[in-house]
Formats: sequence, structure tokens, C-alpha cells
Amino acid sequence: MSGRLFLRRIMPQLIILAIVLGLNLIVFPDFFKIEFQNGRLFGNLIDVLKRGAPTALLCIGMTLVIATKGIDLSVGAVMAIAGATAASLVVDGHHWVTALAGALAVGALCGLWNGFLVAVLRIQPIVATLVLMVAGRGIAQLITEGTILTFLNPGLIHLGAGTVLGMPTPILIWVLLGALVTLAVRKTALGMLIEAIGVNETSSRLAGINSRVLLLCVYVVSGIGAAIAGVIVAADIQGADANNAGLWLELDAILAVVIGGNSLLGGRFSIVASLLGAMIIQSVNSVILLSGMPPEFNLVIKAILILAILVIQSPKVGHLIYIIRASAPPPKVNPATQAKETTQ
Amino acid sequence: MTDDKRPVLCAEGISKFFPGTIALDDVSLTLFEGEIHALLGENGAGKSTLIKCLTGAYRRDAGTISIDGTDVNPTSTLASQSLGIGTVYQEVNLLPNLTVAENLYLGRQPTRGPFVARSRMNRDARASLKEFGIDIDPAQPLSSYSVAVQQVIAIARAVELSGKVLILDEPTASLDRDEVQLLFSVIHKLKERGLCIVFITHFLDQVFEHADRATVLRNGQVVGTRLLRDVSQTDIVTLMLGRQLEARKKAPKQVVQGDTLLEISDLAKTGTLEPFSLNIREGEVVGLAGLLGSGRTETANLIFGVVKSEHGKLRLRERDIRVNNPRDAVAHRFALCPEDRKNDGIVGDLSVRDNIILALQARQGWTRPIPRSKVDEIANHYVRTLDIRLANLDMPIRLLSGGNQQKALLARWLATDPDFLILDEPTRGIDIGAHAEIIALIERLQQDGMALLVASSEMEELVAYSSRVIVMRDRCQVGELSGDDITTDNIIQAIAAEPMTGAA
Repeated sequence: MSGRLFLRRIMPQLIILAIVLGLNLIVFPDFFKIEFQNGRLFGNLIDVLKRGAPTALLCIGMTLVIATKGIDLSVGAVMAIAGATAASLVVDGHHWVTALAGALAVGALCGLWNGFLVAVLRIQPIVATLVLMVAGRGIAQLITEGTILTFLNPGLIHLGAGTVLGMPTPILIWVLLGALVTLAVRKTALGMLIEAIGVNETSSRLAGINSRVLLLCVYVVSGIGAAIAGVIVAADIQGADANNAGLWLELDAILAVVIGGNSLLGGRFSIVASLLGAMIIQSVNSVILLSGMPPEFNLVIKAILILAILVIQSPKVGHLIYIIRASAPPPKVNPATQAKETTQ
Repeated sequence: MTDDKRPVLCAEGISKFFPGTIALDDVSLTLFEGEIHALLGENGAGKSTLIKCLTGAYRRDAGTISIDGTDVNPTSTLASQSLGIGTVYQEVNLLPNLTVAENLYLGRQPTRGPFVARSRMNRDARASLKEFGIDIDPAQPLSSYSVAVQQVIAIARAVELSGKVLILDEPTASLDRDEVQLLFSVIHKLKERGLCIVFITHFLDQVFEHADRATVLRNGQVVGTRLLRDVSQTDIVTLMLGRQLEARKKAPKQVVQGDTLLEISDLAKTGTLEPFSLNIREGEVVGLAGLLGSGRTETANLIFGVVKSEHGKLRLRERDIRVNNPRDAVAHRFALCPEDRKNDGIVGDLSVRDNIILALQARQGWTRPIPRSKVDEIANHYVRTLDIRLANLDMPIRLLSGGNQQKALLARWLATDPDFLILDEPTRGIDIGAHAEIIALIERLQQDGMALLVASSEMEELVAYSSRVIVMRDRCQVGELSGDDITTDNIIQAIAAEPMTGAA
């Protein structure tokens, strides 16, 4: 995609993000202030980027899965499993690198399981991943043995709460993974092949695409992203909470993908747009927090804001805006706009 | 024989217009009680449209329909059902997860108070199905029975709801031999009860074995109604395909006989294709002729690995090869342009560029992306040589016209530089200009030494470019024509030949 086309693709998300950040500024004038204290960056904007890390990490894999016409409901539960795995490994005295590797391996395994159900057994993705969504928290509880497994391993904690060159680690991780996966799909032919499967799997198979392996891959990527998110969340609170880690986060991830303008029916996708979607969601959370509204309003207001965003993006409204724009100028301009209508 | 019978349904002067086409043009059809009436015609002849007009699924634009002498005007399938016309479609439209009895009595379950009288329903269902010659447990889910039994259940439901005319749309398309027998025994029972059964099929053998009369449609017009005992299969096939005014004179072909490229021996799959054998040389175009449903597409799919074969061997350049899926086929430099362009061919939302490069990229593997400049070069090359009309390469392929989509698909496969190209109905649904270009392309590819297998229902087309023509009927290879024997007449003869000639 050329630069101009790319910008046009992510423009709606950029505009929405700017509006929501603007709302933040209204309710909290110091929103954009960033300070450098004790060797790390502080500020509300940094908080948004950091707190949005789990959703951002989830939505990278989710974008690929949705591009194949699938969906991965299990990512929240996989986060819990991965967090529990990492925690139990460091509690058992292993090095944090081992713990991280273990968590990633478990995430990949979860992705492989989902991929197997979808690609090999041909179970509908929503049902296939529902299995792990439900079972995952049970598995995580088995690993933590029913308690909140706390740890003090500085290496692991650093992943969630530490900084690198002043920048909180989670931000670096999601930006890095996002860039890595984007490059991996766009600099190779993966992206196109994934889109082809999502649009028309039969045709793609007939064209010689190994759809089974590709489907497996996207679920594995989703699993690994979820595992990283799980480790970060666990590291942030210095403990693995099998019940609450990543709870409902799969829905935020799907929402981020949708706000990113990716169709749930599969096909063309943009990871960058999804990541912007994740940041939009986190900015909405931030508005609600900063406005000082009673917490019981939070979910309702979030729902209203999200609804507004989705309505603005809906094709009907897009068409309506187009009509209003086309009919607004004086009559003499009409023939030109009508001609445009008929060519479309 | 029909003289002493009473007409049940008279349709006269039925016309139906669609934007740009006349689907039915002054069609008349009379159905008598106690007859089995076959409705024949190639794809697009108007059979389905006629059925839909009779059952009220479409509003006819002109004409009258009378049942038992009174004019009727069914406005929906429901209305036509109560008038006595029942329809069973090819893909059984029952609910597979409900029980047999529930399917039979859906919407009219026997009740006791507010509750369904389940045991009575099951008892009734069993009794009524027994009359149709099948004795099954109606409390089992429908999906636990074979397609043939499901068909009979669908028929039973339709007959109980209507009871004068039963219309069957390709009832035997997905049935094996025994199941077809079961179905026709049921149909004959209904005939004895005085029902009129109309069935649409592409299997001429079944028509001649079971039907009393046949009406042949072509291009939306009735070209003839025949008492089947008075005519031969050849007459009917000639009616269906239209009289070729003059067999197009074939340019004397300089037969470029290359080495044998591919040997196919006894390729088969139960219920899909009887053993099929073919040796094809480089620079040879083998035509695959036959009516719809004769096994042309199935043959193409089995060779290409779309459907896995159960038997048979493929030898490519005197080496045994295995083709388990399209990927294997592409790796051996096979290519297949499928019949169903929309569902099996194009990837609609992707750009024309991506669609053209798809197969080559898939063969190269994702790790070796074809550089953008190379992609553009390939895409532009084929846009130019095949004259694909488009605004730009970035537009989604679904926005192209049928002919241009077909050319883009050809480009997709030509880009892989195949040795063996299978074209399934390459000229279906495209305009005349593109039609001629695709035929010219086939001839050019042949001269370049490519081996082609072309399945087509257009006889003249096959005559024009084939070095040999394989004739298929009822999923069997029934004949082969070569050299000067390839004429439309001979192909029609071979398609219609009586089954006793056996497989060639």
C-alpha cells in the first residue's frame, strides 16, 4: 500500500482518536503534559499508551484471525493461563526468561489448539475458541492452585512495571510486536494470502493456497500475543489472578479491530488501524476516569461513546453524510454530483 | 395414451421478463393426471423460471394458469401448495436437525390441547411413509437418513400438502443408482394414484426409462413436447441443443503431437465419477463433452485434487505422481479455471492485481514475496495480452464484468506457466466478444505446446478447438471422437447413444 493510500485507510481512526483525546483535554487540561522524573516518563498520555498495552497486544493477533473470517474468544483466558504459568515458574525459582519463554510456549500451544479446531476439524471459530474461553480460566486456576500467585522476581516485574530509557516497557513491547507483525505480513506475501482466505476460502484453496497452515498460524499469533499480554498484566500487579486477569478483554480486542475499520466478515485488514482502535478504547476509559464521574457511570458512558464511534463508521451513516454533502450546495452543482453518484 | 386422461394443469402463453432478457417467451405447458412429465433443457433455458412462475415464486408477466379448468393465480408457493402444486427442490429444503415426523408435520402438527401429540404424530408419519415404500423410525432426526430417503420424505410432505401436481427439481442429482431406483419407485406409485409428476433432470436415461412425455425448453421457448415412446434420445438432444444450421467448418488442424504429458488411468470416486482414463499430449486440446451433470466438472475436480479420488493413477512425464489437493496439482504445473467463477474462482474483495498473482504467489510460498514491480509487470502483461478491461489494477475484481473476470482468472493461471490447463466452461456467461477471444487464446496456448482439457457444453466451441473429444454421460466416459469425426452431430450422437454401447 502506498503512503497516501495507507494514510487514507487510517484517517477515520486518527480523527476519532484526536476527538477522544480532545475530550480528555477538556475534562483534564493537563492531559498532554509529559514529565521526565526519576528516569521515567510520566503523564496521562503515557498512561493511556501503557494501560492500553494488553488490548493492543490482543488486537494484533485478533486482526489476523478476523481477517480470515474467524474470531478468537479465548484470548482473555489465554492471558490468565500465561500469567499463571509465568508466575508459577518464577515462584518455583526459575529465571524470568524461562518464565517468559514458558508463558509464550503455553500461549502458542493454546493458539495451536484453537487453530486445530478451526483449520483441521473445521469447527466454527466462535464455537471452537469458546471452548478455551471457558476452560482457560479453569486451567489457570489449576496452575495457580486456586490462589492469587504473587511473586517478587524483579526481572518479570520489569516487563509490566519497569521502563527502558524512560519509556514504560509495556508500551515498547506492544509497539515492537505491532511493528514486527505488520512487517511480517506486509513485507512477505502472508498478508495477501490471509486476506484471500478471508474473502473466499474455496477460491484460495483452488489457487493452491495452504489455507490450513495459514489458519493455524493466525491463531498461534493470537495465542502468543495473548500470552505476552497475560505476562504484562501479571507483572504489573506482581501476581497471577486466574479469575480476573484479562477478564472481558477479548471483547475489547474485538472492539478495537472493529473500530479499526476491519470487517468481521474477513478480508482486507490493517493492524495499525486496529492498534489505533485499541488506543481509542483506552482514551475513552481515560476520559471517564479523568472526568471524575462516579464509577457506576463508567460502563454506560463507555458504551455510549463506543456506540457513537461505531455509528459514525457505519455504512448507512457514511452514505447519509455523502447525501447531505451532495445535496447541500446550490442546485447548479447538482449535475456533477449526480454524475458521480451514477458512476459509483 | 394421454388422450383418455384429464388435464390437471394448463399453462398458456406464460412470459417472464427480466431486465435485459426474456426468460420465458410465450410458454405453454399442459400436464395430465397420472403422467410423469420431464422438463428438459440446457442451463438458462428457462426450466427453473417456468417452475417458479407455476408455483408463484415469481410473478409471471403474461399468460394464464388453470388447474382442473379453473383459472388460478398463485402469488406464493404457499398459495400454490393449497391449489395442489407441490415442489421439491434439488437441495432438500427440510430441517435436518428435526425428526422425520416433525419435518412431515411442520406447521400442522397433531395436537392435544396446547401440546404436540408426539406419539400420534410419529404413528401417522410412519404409516404415511410406508405408503411411499419406506419403513423408517420417524422419531429419528432427518439427518440420520440418506439423501434419497430425505428426498422421499420431502416428496411425502409435498404430496400431503398439495396432491395434484408434484414438481421435482433435479431430484436425482446427488443420488447413487439404488437410491435413484427407490426414488422412481415412489414416483411410479404416485403416478398410479393419479398425480402428475413433473421432473427436471439432466439424466436422459432416467427420462426415457421413467417419463411418459417430455417438454424441451430452449432460450425461454418451448421447442417441443414429445411422447417419449415415439422418439429417440438423439431427437431429444437435438431439440435441447438446437439444430446447428451448419457445422462450422474446421480449419484443417496441423496436429502438433508432442510427447505424452499426462496419463490418467481409472480415476474414480464412488457417486462422483466412474473410472476415467485419458492420455494427453503436449500441444493437444482434449474436449470434454456431455450434458450438464454428466460428470465433466467432477472429472476436472478429481484431476486437480479439489475432490480426492478413491482410485486411479496419474503419471506425469512417465513418473507416478499423487495429487491430493490443489496445492499438489499446482506444484506439478496443473491449472484449473473452475466452472463456478464467483464461488470457486475470484477472490471478490481483493484487487485484480492480487487475484492475478495469487496462484503464482501461493506456489512460491509466502516467504518469497513477488516484488511489487514484478507483480505489476506480470499483471500489466496479461491485462494487455488478454485485453482485460479495467479502470486500474487496484479495483476489486468483483467489479469487473464476467468476461473480464474470466480473463483475469486465466491470467492467474497463465502466470504460473502451467503445462496442463483445465478449463471448465471457460465461456459460460460471458459476452460474445470475450467468448471469441478466449477461444483464440485456447488455440494459441495449444500452439505453444500446452496441454489443455476443456469441458464445455457448447458443441460448436468444442468442435472448433479440440484435437479429441471425450464424451461423458451419467458420470461415465462413453465415447471418444478424434480428427474429422469431431462434429456437433457426432457429439450429439455420442451423448444420446443408448446405454448398451457401454463405456468406450
